[in-house]
Amino acid sequence: MICDEWRSRGGRDYRQVAVTSFLADDVCVHLSVKGCQPRFRDELKMNVNQQPHMASPYGQPQSGYQGYQQTGYGNQHVPGGYPTPYAPYNGPASTYQPGPPQGYSPYASFSSKALATNLVSDLSSPSPLDLGMRGPPTSGPPPVSGTQAYSQFGQGDTQNGPPPMAALQQRPSVSQQYTHGTMQLSGPQSSFNQPFGAPPTSMQQMTNQMSGMQIGSTVPSPAGPGYAPPTVSQASASAAYTPSAPSSFAPSSAVHSQPLPPDSVAQTAPQPFYGAPPTPPQPFPGAAPPFSAAGPAQPPAPPLGSQQSFSQAHPPSQPQFTSAPPPVSTASYGGPPPTTQASHPRAPPLTSQPSTFSGGPPPTSSPSQYPQPMPQQPPVSQPNPFHSGPPQPTTAAGFPPQGGPPLRVPHPGVQGPPMTSQGPPTSQTNHVAPPQPGMLPGPPPVNMAGPPAQPSMQGYPPQQNGAFGQVRGPQPGYVGQYPGQQSYVAQPPAQAPAPAPKRLDPDSIPSPIQVIEDDKLNKGNEPFVTGVRGQVPPLVTTKFQVKDQGNASPRFIRCTAYNMPCTSDMAKQSQVPLAAVIKPLATLPLDENGPYIVDHGESGPIRCNRCKAYMCPYMQFIEGGRRFQCGFCSCVTEVPPHYFQHLDHTGKRVDCYDRPELSMGSYEFLATVDYCKNNKIPQPPAFIFLIDVSYNAVKNGMVAIVCQELKTLLDYLPRENPNVASNIRVGFVTYNKVLHFYNVKASLAQPQMMVVSDVADMFVPLLDGFLVNVAESRVVIESLLDQIPDMFADTRETETVFGPVIQAGLEALKAADCAGKLFVFHSSLPIAEAPGKLKNREDKKLVGTDKEKSLFQAQVSFYSNLAKECVAQGCCVDLFLFPNQYVDVATLGVVPTSTGGSIYKYTYFQGQADQERFLNDLRKDVQKQMGFDAVMRVRTSTGIRPTDFFGSFYMSNTTDVELAGLDCDKTVTVEFKHDDKLSEETGALMQCAVLYTSCSGQRRLRVHNMAVNCCTQLADLYRNCETDTIINYFAKYAYRGVLNNPTKNVRDSLINQCAQILACYRKNCASPSSAGQLILPECMKLLPVYLNCVLKSDILHPGADISLDDRAYLRQLVSAMDVAESHAFFYPRLLPVHKLNVEGNALPVAVRDSEERLSKGGVYLLETGLNLFLWVGANAQQELLQNIFGAPAFSQIDPNMTSLPILDNPYSKRLREIIESFRAQRSRYMKLMVVKQEDKLELIFKHFLVEDKNNSGGASYVDFLCHMHKEIRQLLS
Amino acid sequence: MTTYQEFIQQNEDRDGVRCSWNLWPSSRLEATRLVVPVSCLFTPLKERPDLPPVHYEPVLCSRANCKAVLNPLCQVDFRAKIWACNFCFQRNPFPPSYAGISEVNQPAELMPQFSTIEYIVQRGPPTPLIFLYVVDTCLEEEDLQALRESLQMSLSLLPPNALVGLITFGRMIQVHELSCEGIAKSYVFRGTKELTPKQIQEMLGLMKPGVSGPHGQPLAPHDAAASCRFLQPVQKVDMNLTDLLGELQRDPWPVPQGKRPLRSTGIALSIAVGLLEGTFPNTGARVMLFTGGPPTQGPGMVVGDELKTPIRSWHDIQKDNARHLKKATKYYEALANRAAVNGHSIDIYACALDQTGLLEMKCLSNLTGYVGHIVMGDSFNTSLFKQTFQRVFSKDYNGEFRMAFGGILEIKTSRELKVSGAIGPCVSLNSKGSCVSENELGVGGTCQWKICSLSPSTTLALYFEVVNQHNAPIPQGGRGAIQFVTQYQHSNMQKRIRVTTIARNWADAQSQIQHIEASFDQEAAAVLMARLGVFRAESEEGPDVLRWLDRQLIRLFMFHLRRSPFLQVFNNSPDESSYYRHHFVCQDLTQSLIMIQPILYSYSFYGPPEPVLLDSSSILPDRILLMDTFFQLVIYHGETISQWRKARYQDMAEYENFKQLLQAPLDDAQEILQTRFPMPRYIDTEHGGSQARFLLSKVNPSQTHNNLYAWGQESGAPILTDDVSLQVFMDHLKKLAVSSSA
Repeated sequence: MICDEWRSRGGRDYRQVAVTSFLADDVCVHLSVKGCQPRFRDELKMNVNQQPHMASPYGQPQSGYQGYQQTGYGNQHVPGGYPTPYAPYNGPASTYQPGPPQGYSPYASFSSKALATNLVSDLSSPSPLDLGMRGPPTSGPPPVSGTQAYSQFGQGDTQNGPPPMAALQQRPSVSQQYTHGTMQLSGPQSSFNQPFGAPPTSMQQMTNQMSGMQIGSTVPSPAGPGYAPPTVSQASASAAYTPSAPSSFAPSSAVHSQPLPPDSVAQTAPQPFYGAPPTPPQPFPGAAPPFSAAGPAQPPAPPLGSQQSFSQAHPPSQPQFTSAPPPVSTASYGGPPPTTQASHPRAPPLTSQPSTFSGGPPPTSSPSQYPQPMPQQPPVSQPNPFHSGPPQPTTAAGFPPQGGPPLRVPHPGVQGPPMTSQGPPTSQTNHVAPPQPGMLPGPPPVNMAGPPAQPSMQGYPPQQNGAFGQVRGPQPGYVGQYPGQQSYVAQPPAQAPAPAPKRLDPDSIPSPIQVIEDDKLNKGNEPFVTGVRGQVPPLVTTKFQVKDQGNASPRFIRCTAYNMPCTSDMAKQSQVPLAAVIKPLATLPLDENGPYIVDHGESGPIRCNRCKAYMCPYMQFIEGGRRFQCGFCSCVTEVPPHYFQHLDHTGKRVDCYDRPELSMGSYEFLATVDYCKNNKIPQPPAFIFLIDVSYNAVKNGMVAIVCQELKTLLDYLPRENPNVASNIRVGFVTYNKVLHFYNVKASLAQPQMMVVSDVADMFVPLLDGFLVNVAESRVVIESLLDQIPDMFADTRETETVFGPVIQAGLEALKAADCAGKLFVFHSSLPIAEAPGKLKNREDKKLVGTDKEKSLFQAQVSFYSNLAKECVAQGCCVDLFLFPNQYVDVATLGVVPTSTGGSIYKYTYFQGQADQERFLNDLRKDVQKQMGFDAVMRVRTSTGIRPTDFFGSFYMSNTTDVELAGLDCDKTVTVEFKHDDKLSEETGALMQCAVLYTSCSGQRRLRVHNMAVNCCTQLADLYRNCETDTIINYFAKYAYRGVLNNPTKNVRDSLINQCAQILACYRKNCASPSSAGQLILPECMKLLPVYLNCVLKSDILHPGADISLDDRAYLRQLVSAMDVAESHAFFYPRLLPVHKLNVEGNALPVAVRDSEERLSKGGVYLLETGLNLFLWVGANAQQELLQNIFGAPAFSQIDPNMTSLPILDNPYSKRLREIIESFRAQRSRYMKLMVVKQEDKLELIFKHFLVEDKNNSGGASYVDFLCHMHKEIRQLLS
Repeated sequence: MTTYQEFIQQNEDRDGVRCSWNLWPSSRLEATRLVVPVSCLFTPLKERPDLPPVHYEPVLCSRANCKAVLNPLCQVDFRAKIWACNFCFQRNPFPPSYAGISEVNQPAELMPQFSTIEYIVQRGPPTPLIFLYVVDTCLEEEDLQALRESLQMSLSLLPPNALVGLITFGRMIQVHELSCEGIAKSYVFRGTKELTPKQIQEMLGLMKPGVSGPHGQPLAPHDAAASCRFLQPVQKVDMNLTDLLGELQRDPWPVPQGKRPLRSTGIALSIAVGLLEGTFPNTGARVMLFTGGPPTQGPGMVVGDELKTPIRSWHDIQKDNARHLKKATKYYEALANRAAVNGHSIDIYACALDQTGLLEMKCLSNLTGYVGHIVMGDSFNTSLFKQTFQRVFSKDYNGEFRMAFGGILEIKTSRELKVSGAIGPCVSLNSKGSCVSENELGVGGTCQWKICSLSPSTTLALYFEVVNQHNAPIPQGGRGAIQFVTQYQHSNMQKRIRVTTIARNWADAQSQIQHIEASFDQEAAAVLMARLGVFRAESEEGPDVLRWLDRQLIRLFMFHLRRSPFLQVFNNSPDESSYYRHHFVCQDLTQSLIMIQPILYSYSFYGPPEPVLLDSSSILPDRILLMDTFFQLVIYHGETISQWRKARYQDMAEYENFKQLLQAPLDDAQEILQTRFPMPRYIDTEHGGSQARFLLSKVNPSQTHNNLYAWGQESGAPILTDDVSLQVFMDHLKKLAVSSSA
């Protein structure tokens, strides 16, 4: 990773050169050893300059390793980090093991705090790599600076260190957990040990770190007491370390490398640590395994312990850093800084180093600063500087990566990953103090410190943002800092010789959590005003208020880019997709007003004569208000007399602010009869419930539940005025192999059932009495719903039909001449003889072959034709599936997904257990506001045009999106392409008009307007993107792609496009850095992690245990998802519940989706938008369990519970509140699953830890990032 | 020996048989010269209050292809306990149960007065009667209400154990499930799609094991009753069904302006047939179709739903303009055959002002039904329908329904005779036997016919051929014999076999021509020939038939038949013609004669009521006429009488006699109305009244506008017609009779 930088730097500095050579060796080794896998590492190493390495160094593995370590990873991490990385590596790839020693070293280096810090900063900022780079270079030089660095690092490390440690430990734990336990013990450990042993001297650092760890234990008091002091402790530790190090190192190293270390070595040390910091286990959940080994010791360690442990961890890392880094850093820094900068252009932002840097800039001061800040708030302190810096950077964008990231790191990081580098420490420290508290304090201090830092930061920001050039400027300053880092790097090398871990520290790479938290902090406090063109709205994860001042709220429209390239060449070059995710009928929070209704009278809405765009704020009134010029096509249209109004001196209409259509982004027109089908005012829509009553459906309780529920649910049909009964009519059908229609006319004493057996040629047997008003026919309907379950209680019919069921509903709507929605409750594959009959074609052998796409395609064309008819009639179909086996969702879902409907799937439905989820979904689905028989059209200003649409709808031509039904959750993604040049002056305008029938039968037009900026500089484009939206688009694009292309091709093209985007940025906006550096635009720094989630999703990368139905189901589901849901879907929210603050409203800060972030003593809530998991660590405190479950012990928790017991304690209440609030945010009810650690269910849970490698071979975040980097480099070269 | 007239009367009373000739020419050659074939009218279930059925099995001839039943004509050797079959001369031993037989201890079947005897036999479990109502809901509310009431009323008339089912139809067809509690269930079919019997049974859920027996085998009735949700015992579902009928709604689908309602009669019937076929094959059942208009969609449609296209007329048919005629006819014929095979009959109650497609559907009843179960009226809300329908369920002197089901008539003849065919409400069973003639008259080529539904008046015309060659004279005193074996299910669920054996002497035409002439039964011959004519008119086409008819009829002097609606289609719609013909071929001799030549009674102050000539000269101002044409009952008040009546003389005490005069025909008419099935159309009219046309069209136009003044005296009423009068007809006839070309 950093290699290139190193090289570049190396060019300047011979030391670096040397380093690179080392690196090269490493790389070579890896490659030779590992084969494929190495690549990732290579990538990681990429930073290091794999290429060069490749060639030379086989011979000198160690050196190489060193190099790696140096690369910077090594420094801090070496000790702890190594183990982890190794472990995983060991586990997965045997090759690695061979490599391990080498690899380890690099990894170790990565893992090492230094790396972590560096990486983080770098990655977060584009520079993480740089950091690594720095590291390496430093590696060479380390010695000298080392000392200095040490001091700094010591402090910084403490901060930085700890996190890495944590990270390291975690990782190791993870890896260990997986394979490690044994692995490390046997092979790796030995290797590690050996390496350590070998490089003892160099190891000092390591040892230091290790010792730090241990030492912590040994020197518990210092470490423990003083996180604040951590620096101190570290310092002391370092001191101590050095001394103790040698002896202890081996063990410690072992410990680190293996989580186990604690056991062997640790026992002495770890225990103390633990003892001191009880929590250690938590922080180390990953480490847990080791702990488990060491278990006893750790467990004892209370919360504090955890912190301590971290601290410990950190210390070791730090020590390393200190040891190694200082020398190198200093030395190299002189040289490196530039490199770092270069890499960091964002790097400056390197903030990762930033911490160090921040400290650094004040570099020298940094140490001092650190100490200072640190002292104030050790963790925070760093953060602060960062924060100060970061905030800007983030805002600044550019560097933010580095600076930003770091900043982020600090902020969020303090607690979390960001901290990784520093964060970890901070986190630890924070934790130590109070994780959050730490945060809290942190921020304030940050702010406090921030201000001062900020200035510098600000200074940076500019650099970061853009400007690499600027960056450089600042960099120099950084250089100073860098040295420190470099020194770290240097250190690693020193250590490297021993065991250079090869892995990137996850804490050092951009953290989604950090980004989310930053955004919350920066944008969550004040309302988002839409009046300014091209403004990027807050993230979907941020709570904010919107003020509509002329553009549609981001709740309605989100764009991938708010600065569109002016020319198609630019667009092509950048490869950034230009798309808008539109949710036309989105529900707004209570504190925001829904679109106002505008009535332009009998002549209908006023529109442009040529392009037919509706009156909107982009219309320019001219000639004293007598005409207006269309903002889209520039055509001039007369203002009708009744609409005339004078203009004021600015050329605005006097009534501008009285008319929503002239001042707002979203509003609704009342449509006239000209906008109605057949020029007839539409009838109120109808809901038809079609219930499967075959054996399976009756037996699993579905029929009884539906019938029971409908009795009350029918009172809540959507209506516009809550005081008036709904106009929607309802009808009922049951079916198995034949259909039963019910006459529920109010005048009947009893409902009448009409059986239609002629399913081959469906028709509706009755006209009058099928669709009825609920209020009028209540008695009959209730009687019917009471009787249905009884009537079919003894059924032996197992075959069902499906096509005719939809046909029946469709025919009924046709007969009644209205639009409407069908609710189909279906249980099995329709194998009965009838149109739309399906075969069981479940064939998992096709997965992974070129024929895989056929699994996503409909089995027969019948349903697509049917869908067409449905759309023509405005018949929306919602499908509730209750399958016990394969039902061919791919085919059954065709109609729902083409008609704007939804599919709900309850596999192995069991009345008792799944009732709640189903009923909540049903209630929501029935009650939600929706429009019927809708047509959506997107108009754009000249220069771009909508070219592609994604979602649940049907299109009979290329412009009109036809939706039989459109509810408040349905989203349509529109892609735009250039067909001409755009001008910066006017920007790009789009107007989305949706013509629909409201639930009361009124015909309306909802109009959303959106204007974005246009830019001639690519940098502007990259600065104003929204990654979440891009991911939403990518997912939809890819998920549609699998219909027609082999999955592999789809994956490749995604990766490719993503690489191009980033490469383009790198090439055009971040040029000054070396090729080995991975530089990510601030706005897109999460692109790799999210993209990896998309690639790993069950659709693109199915595991063995996922059914074809599930894949089809998810595929269809995602196609209509909005950004918020797709975000949670791809990157689930993982909340450490045990850190819940019962007092306030704030949620604990989420943690990253990685197993190593889980603490064995913790309880976590994971939310994917579809599922809720409550993961309970095996060592969770009894009090916690008692509070949540009312169970006295872990073993007494019932893993089958679907809802938490209602306990009268604030904790339980708060947790349940949170769960409820999560559920309220999603369109589907999430069933709660309690997952106990080590339980069978955990496998499912782990599937959602998307930063980890998954069972089916999906890459971990780190690996993927490396891969990405490699791709980018290829593109660049 | 009594006169032939007495003989004929006696034979008819005892056996229900009227032969055209009561002495049979002994050779084929002679027989063909007689013009009127050797034939008879046979009323299988003629009511015989004096005939107690016997409770044992008939004794059959042991020859495999004979199987004649022991009868009084057989020679019996009491000593050897042997009897000789009088048809095949096989000698058969009596069964063991006849061991005690002797000259003084003879079983009933050997006694001469039991030439007709009825056996009650045990054949399988008794099956209940089945009534399946097929009800059109495309009716005016008023009509529907009347129909609803009639149907509800009919439930009380059904035997309590009878199975009843309900199918309603309009645009769609609903088969109602009767056994369910709570929700009323029905199976719905669309009216445009033809379904195979198997599909229908599948769709009705009748194919599942345990639900219905193997195809072709009747289920044990209790099983069937329990398992078939559509046919349930009246006593069990009485309330349900009454409610169901009460809630019966008009077809809810809107009928646009200028359209006929969509009526899926064809599919409704095919479902009814399919339902019974699947559940109760070979069991007596009636499908009762109540329809208020022509089928307008689906297979069997008679006319499209566009009102601008009128329903086919004879004119269209002759011009071959009736688009749907052939297809529909074919469709219904196929249905009828299926129903007949399973012994199910189909009744049609069609009440509408316009035609309803009886022409196409008639075969349903012709082939499967019996008398009168085509009923045609103007509305369900008329007494014509209501009382006719009620009369379907009338009971006989034993308190049993006058209906029988699943009849099979088998004919055995002595060697000199073979059977050529039958005309009447029957289907051939295609049973070839030694007594089957190669020449067909009517439905021939078989010696067995199926008569799905019988009433005491159901009468078949049977035609025979003398096959004895001229050179093989029959010995003097030889007798030819015919045995009619009718198996049927009595309305009380018993299986019965009625055996009638008749014998007639052979006569040598050369030597005994006078005897043969004397034995001619003019009435029977008229009806037999008329049936032949109607049969040909219906079943064949083209002018040849008409010519043949003319020739035959002229020879037979059947002036009125020639003018009757059975042969003349002028002024009748195709439906009406079908209706008339249907009844003509079902009714017994007396009724048939009335149809051929309506009866006209005259009431006056000058004497008791007297029959008068059916002639325009009978229409006098001071008479009240009562005409009975079988289908109509017309009371006609002469000009003077009607003026008196208008002056309300009858209300004055001093004109009590006038009141009585007015009342007399009413009373007589009432008497006829009460026995006639179907109810005749009852018309009370007067001179100059529009309805007087019914009378005027029937009378012999002896006075027309052409000869009105030639007669010089105003008596009677002139008829405005170009039809030939009897006088002209006779003149022409005389000419023909003496010409050699006849």
